[in-house]
Parts: sequence; structure tokens; C-alpha cells
Amino acid sequence: MDALMLSRIQFAVTVGFHFIFVPLTIGLVILLAVMETKYARTLNPLYRRMADFWGKLFAINFVLGIITGLTMEFQIGMNWSEYSKYMGDIFGSPLAIEALVAFFLESTFMGIWLFGRDKISPKLRAFSIWMVALGTNISALWIITANGFMQNPVGYVIRNNRAELESFTALVTNPYAWYMFFHTVISAYICGAFFVLAISAYHILRKNELEFFKKSFKYALVMALFASLATPAIGHQYGTYVVEKQPAKGAALEAVWETGKGQPFHLIQIPDGENEKNSVEAISIPKLGSFLFTNDPNGKITGLKDIPKDERPNVPLVFWSFRIMVALGMFFIFATAYGAYLQVKNKLVDAKRYLKIMSYSVVLPYIAINAGWVVAEAGRQPWTVYGLMKTADAVSPLATSQIVFSLGSLVFFYLILGFADIYLLIKYARKGPAQAINVQKGGVKHVS
Amino acid sequence: MSLDTLAIIWFVLWGVIWTVYFILDAYSLGTGMIFPLVTKNRKERNQLQETIGPFWGGNEVWLVTAGGATFAAFPAVYATMFSSLYEAMLLLLFALFFRGAGLELMHKDDNPLWQKFFKWAFTISSYALPLLLGVAFSNLYYGLLLGENGYEGSFFKLLHAYSILGGLVFIALFMTSGALWVMIKNTGEVVSRSYKIAKFAAPVAAAAIAMFFVGTMNESRIADNFNEYPVLFSAPVATLLISLATIYFIFKNKIKSAFASVCITIFALSATGFIGMFPNMLISRIDEAYSLTLYNSSGSQKNLQLMFIVAVIMVPIVIGYQIWSYTLFKKKITTDEAKGY
Ligand code: HDD
Ligand code: HEM
Ligand code: HEM
Repeated sequence: MDALMLSRIQFAVTVGFHFIFVPLTIGLVILLAVMETKYARTLNPLYRRMADFWGKLFAINFVLGIITGLTMEFQIGMNWSEYSKYMGDIFGSPLAIEALVAFFLESTFMGIWLFGRDKISPKLRAFSIWMVALGTNISALWIITANGFMQNPVGYVIRNNRAELESFTALVTNPYAWYMFFHTVISAYICGAFFVLAISAYHILRKNELEFFKKSFKYALVMALFASLATPAIGHQYGTYVVEKQPAKGAALEAVWETGKGQPFHLIQIPDGENEKNSVEAISIPKLGSFLFTNDPNGKITGLKDIPKDERPNVPLVFWSFRIMVALGMFFIFATAYGAYLQVKNKLVDAKRYLKIMSYSVVLPYIAINAGWVVAEAGRQPWTVYGLMKTADAVSPLATSQIVFSLGSLVFFYLILGFADIYLLIKYARKGPAQAINVQKGGVKHVS
Repeated sequence: MSLDTLAIIWFVLWGVIWTVYFILDAYSLGTGMIFPLVTKNRKERNQLQETIGPFWGGNEVWLVTAGGATFAAFPAVYATMFSSLYEAMLLLLFALFFRGAGLELMHKDDNPLWQKFFKWAFTISSYALPLLLGVAFSNLYYGLLLGENGYEGSFFKLLHAYSILGGLVFIALFMTSGALWVMIKNTGEVVSRSYKIAKFAAPVAAAAIAMFFVGTMNESRIADNFNEYPVLFSAPVATLLISLATIYFIFKNKIKSAFASVCITIFALSATGFIGMFPNMLISRIDEAYSLTLYNSSGSQKNLQLMFIVAVIMVPIVIGYQIWSYTLFKKKITTDEAKGY
């Protein structure tokens, strides 16, 4: 394998790892902030216990988000130096702004919130966790502004052999980035909400602290329901925009080979990249394909065969990732809608099978989210910056051995830290609030 | 403003961000270094965790910002530095991993092996970071083997007497800073143990700085600026004098003054380095033509201008709420009440 391939693998592995921890941070912090606000308003100790228990899990997850994020910032320079030189004038500023505006905010207020718990007033606690929430969400905004540029370059000129910033306004109003931002952040809310739903379901099944977990379930369900409806709705609009901006990726989403109007949608379909066709197409719904992609049943979709071979992404990879994401998106809607039904009918506690399914569903948003990123990033290939710079031209002039070493050691350390972290999450989640936190007059006494 | 003026402003800002990072993380890393030396039990470990717990994350973001600012304002420097010093950067990254994870995870499980592993991961990383940073910056002063196709050396070419001495300077200074910080923030036995360390580390730091300056004048490529404008020698001279003042304050038991004076030492030391480098950012030992200067590696005028505005607005705000966060944690930590992570 060459340096390019290894660098790509390393990037995909490390960013995928970062994105195990980040969505939970972005989603869970909102629920935490709501709990803290409730506590500040009512001074009801139940809310305090909720914030403490979920906060404990939040903090364990948060460390790994930071650690894996550092890798991201380092390796763009380490492995993609040609990219950094060519794009740095545009790509660097969102990154620097992210640090100045978001990372300082979240880490400083995280410190205040974690260690100030018993020293500051409930109002200030609520305020500081809202600041963390603001920080994480702004952080997503800036990194996605950078990525949005790579998907749909705007506001630049080519000068001095590189892309230079021409219009900052264009950069921050890039529609691609805004679609991506809302779709990503709201899908992260699904992740945070499902995390709370799953752990609550686990304890409700065991009749453990029912009041506590029913309340947690309810809060998370509201968020999950809203987010599960919004994500596909935005996703659909986003998809039509992607088809317009990146026809090759668009065609790969549904593996459309022939250009044409009024295309059908095949419920069952298996693309065959080698022979440039679909080996299986079944249960077809006429014109739905065109409608989904262009909002017009007779709309035209450019087929892959009309796109030069060396400008096409890996079709089956993009296709299957997209299918998985969309299928899971449908599942989230059903799961949360059914939960809402049970909630309204007050039958939740007895819905054993539903609770069981929910407690295992915790992994699904992670799969959907990472599948979505594979669609976005692998679908953009062979470009790193769409239409401007190919991935092959972006890589650093490194020796293969160097990347083998870095990839190997990164994976090794990530496995150690990742297992330790996930082990802790499961351990404390299982223990439940009575053991995981112990609220006393003098302060929170930690277990162990 | 012209591009050159903006580039100079950004060089100064770049130096300032690094300097703030060194000053702040010095005490959190220093606390990590002395961690196993001054704590004898779980309660005392909690106490030391709480000494830096609310702050270390915010300190580390100064490093992230330094990286981001390098990327935004001097893309060529960011690209060349990170890809040339590949292995060194990777080690720095791993040290950052285990510093954070070690500190936060060490008490999250009862298994003694777990606790030992993360405790030592935390401590060793706290030594590794200043060592690597010291080695890296000394190499920037010393000059890199930058040729036509970028870096032509290897990782081991970065390790030589001068750069290792630079690493030791950082370790000794950071250790002094950490020991003093622990004394300021705490009551109980950790204070007296830290005092012993401070009394040892501060003289070592002063001696190492003196030797490092001798090395700088003889070995490095940054001596030229000083020889050309002798008035600039005031920066290294000040560094040395203040590092001596630190020793004085420590032995007089004026701990807050001593802490302030370590911070000023780090400031003066960084200033010495950045003054010496100006206007170079990555100096080539092969041929000056391959050096990256602030002029030939800066971003575009528009970008620098924009980033300047953002920095002028955001940096004071950040400093404001970070200072405010210190006021929330003014009360000294007692061994019995310490919570830790
Ligand atoms: C819980 C997560 C989740 C769910 C249920 C969905 N998505 Fe998604 N999707 C993401 C999480 C996600 C993501 C991880 O957040 C991505 C990656 C890049 C991005 O902007 O969002 C993404 C990317 C992404 C892309 C690729 C954009 C690009 O190439 O730049 C499209 C076209 C869609 N989504 C469309 C949809 C549709 C039509 C859905 C209907 C069910 C859907 N997504 C559900
Ligand atoms: C869509 C993709 C991404 C999103 C939404 C995102 C968001 C976040 C968030 C919310 C955090 C806070 C820590 C945590 O939540 O646990 C974080 C940490 C971090 N991320 Fe990402 N990130 C993404 C990708 C990247 C990439 C590509 C980079 C590198 C260029 C990066 C660099 C960082 C860094 C340096 C940190 C650590 C900050 C600190 O020390 O506090 N992230 N990211
Ligand atoms: C966290 C969510 C993300 C995931 C899971 C993700 C996933 C991936 C994957 C799988 C690749 C490899 C594609 C291939 O080689 O076929 C890739 C490439 C890349 N992505 Fe992302 N990405 C994410 C976010 C980002 C963001 C926010 C940025 C920039 C700000 C970014 C920048 C890049 C770069 C520079 C490459 C390497 C060049 C390339 O292969 O195109 N990614 N990403």
C-alpha cells in the first residue's frame, strides 16, 4: 500500500473514532442543560440527581472527544501537507476561529461545571452547562464550515499557486455547510437522546429507580422524536442539493447508471460497480427516484455512465452507506413514535419488548452517523476539495513506513483508551444513580 | 494595512499565543510531574487533581489555538512543520492523549492496576510534553535540515545536546511552576512536599537557562539578531535575573511572588526565542534560501485581516472569562474535602 492509501485509511479511522464521541457530546449536553435549568428553577433534588448521573457519563465521554480531536488537528498538517499549503488560507481560519470561539468556551465552562458543582449556585451551574452546549454546537458549525468548503468551494480565488480567501461572507453562508450543519447536529441529538433512552430503558426493565428513569426517558423521548423527524426532512432537502452540486455522488447514492428523466426507485437493489449496472433491481416504484432527488417526478438524474470513470466515487460503498443511514432513519422515526404512543397511554413500564429493543438501539445512531460521513466523504472522491484538488495531490511526501508506524500506534492507543472509556460508560450506566453518584450535603462523593 | 505589516502582527500574535500556552500549561504539567512525589494516598491525589482540574482543559486549548493560528496565518509553516517533524508530532500527540486520559480516568475504577497505569501515564506524559516542546523549539532556533524538498533529516537528527538541554530547561521551569501552584492552591502535607521540590527545581532551572543561552549564542541560528542589535540582549539577561529572583522568593517563602516570577521567566525566555527568530519561522541549516520566513509563508491579506479582527475581539473575551473562572476557585483545597475527578 502506498502513502496515499495509508493516509486515507488513517484519516478515516481517526475521524471515525472522533465521531464516536462527538455526537454524544453534542446531543447529551442539551439534555443536561435542560435538567440543570429545571433544577435551578425548582430546586427539586430529582433534577439534581439526573444532572449528576447523566453528567458523570457525559464527562467520561468528553475526555475522549478532546483527545481524538487533537489528532484531527495534528494530522491535517502531518499527513495532508500539500492540502494544507494549497488550502490553508481558507481552511485554517475556520479552524482557528473554532478554537477561539468554541473550544475555549466549552473547556473553561466544563471545568467550572465539573468542579464548581457544590461551590456555585444552581443558576450558575445551569449557565455554565449552557455555555458548554453553546461551545460544542459552535464547534460543529466551524468545522463544518471548513468541510462545507471542501464539498462546495466558494468565496476563493486561485492566486500564488493556492486558493486564497476572497469572500468570508461567501464562506460562512455556503448553503452546503448549512445543510450539513443542521443535518449533522440534529442527528447528534438523536445520538444523545438514544443514549439516554437506552440506559433508561435498561433500568426501567429492571424496575430500578422508576421515577428517575421514567423522567429521563420522557425528556429524551421528546428530543429523539423531534430530531428523528427533522433529520430525514433536512436530509431529503440536503440530498437534492448534493445531487445538484456533485452529480457523481448524487448518482452513486442510488446507483443510477443511465441518465434519464422520471427515474424509478428500487426498494431492493444491488449495484455492481465492475459491470456498471445493478445486478438486482426489485420492488420498483415509478418516478419516485426522480422525485426524491429533484423534488420533481419527471426530474432528470445524470447517470454514472455519463461521468468519466476516474471521476466517480466507489459506488457500492456510497450506495450501501446511504441505504444504511436512510433505513436507520426510518427506524428512529418508528421507534420514537411508538415510544410516544406508549408514553401517552402510560404503558411504557410494561412494554418489555420495546424497552429491550430500545436498550440495544444505543449503537444505531453511531452507525447511521458514520455511514452518513462515508457517504459525504467517500462520495466526494476522487476530490479532496471538490473540483479543485484531488486527494492524490493533497498528501504529504512521507515514507510508507512513517505512516505504517503512525497508523499502527494510533490504532493501538485508541483501542486502549477507547475500551477503557467504553468500559467506564457501561459500568457507570449499569450502576445507576444510587451508586454512580452519591449526593451529600458536603458535596458529591465519588464511588471507588 | 499592508500584507507585510499584517504578517508581522501575526508573527507577534503567534508568539503571544505560544507564550500564554507555555505559562499556563507550565503549572498544570508541573503538577503532573510532581504528582507521584507529593501524594501519598487517594485523598491527596484527589487534592492534586482538583488543583488543576478546572483549568487544564482551558490551558490546553491555547495549544490548539497556537496550532490553528499557525495553520490560518502561516499555512506553509504549519504544513512543513507538522509533516517534517512527523514522529515528534506524533509523540507530542500521544503525550497529550495520556495526560488528559490519565488525569481524568485514573480514579474511575477501583482496580489498583488501572489506577497505577493511568497515574503513571499522566505523570510520564507530563514530563514528555515539556521535553518534546523544548526539543522542538530548540530545533527551531538551531535550524532544521530543510532543503528543496522539505525536511531532509530524520527524527534522530532532532536530538542533540542543544535541543535536549532546551527540553531540560522546560522541564525544570515547569516543575518549579507546578510545585509553586500546588503550594498556592492547597493546604496540608502536599504543600510542604512541594516546597522541597520547588527549592530543588528552581536552581536547576536557572542553571539550565544559563547553559542554554551559552548554547544558543554558540550553536543556534538565532544569535544573529542579538549580535546585530545588542540592546536585545536585555531579554535573555532579564530571563536569567528573574529566574534568580524566583530562587530568592522561594527561599524567602514568598510563594505567590515566586510563582509570578516563574511566569515572567517563561515569558522572557519565550520572548528571547521569538525575537531571535524574527522574521524567520523555520530556519534552514542547508541554505537560507529554503528558510520559511513570516513574509514568504503567510496567508493572504484578506485572511490575515479577518483573523486579526477575530483575534482582537475574542482573545480579550477568552482571557476575561478564564480569569473569572480562577476567581470561582479561590478557596484553598483541603485534603479532606478534595473531590478530584
Ligand atoms: C442519525 C443519523 C442520521 C440519519 C437518521 C440520517 N442521516 Fe443523513 N447524514 C448523517 C446522519 C444521519 C450525518 C452523519 O450527519 C451526515 C454526514 C455528513 C453530513 O452532513 O451529515 C449525513 C449525510 C447525508 C448525505 C450526504 C451529504 C453529502 O454528501 O454531503 C445525504 C444526502 C443525507 N445524509 C441524506 C439523508 C436522508 C435522506 C436521510 C433520511 C432518512 C438521512 N440522511 C438520515
Ligand atoms: C463534523 C465533524 C466534526 C465535528 C462536528 C466536531 C466537533 C467537535 C466537538 C463538539 C468537540 C468537543 C469535544 C467533545 O465533544 O468531546 C471536538 C473536539 C475537537 N475537535 Fe472535532 N469535530 C469534527 C471533526 C474534527 C476535525 C476534522 C478536526 C480537525 C481539523 C477536529 C478538531 C478537534 C479538536 C482539536 C478538538 C479538541 C478541542 C479541545 O481541546 O477542547 N474535529 N470536535
Ligand atoms: C466526523 C465526521 C467525518 C467522517 C466520519 C469523515 C470520514 C472520512 C472518510 C471515510 C474519508 C476517507 C475518504 C476516502 O479516502 O475514500 C475522509 C477523508 C477526508 N476528510 Fe473527512 N470525515 C469527517 C469529517 C471531516 C471534516 C469535518 C473535515 C474537514 C474539516 C474532513 C476532511 C477530510 C480530509 C482532509 C480527508 C482526506 C482527504 C480525502 O480522502 O478526501 N472530514 N473523511
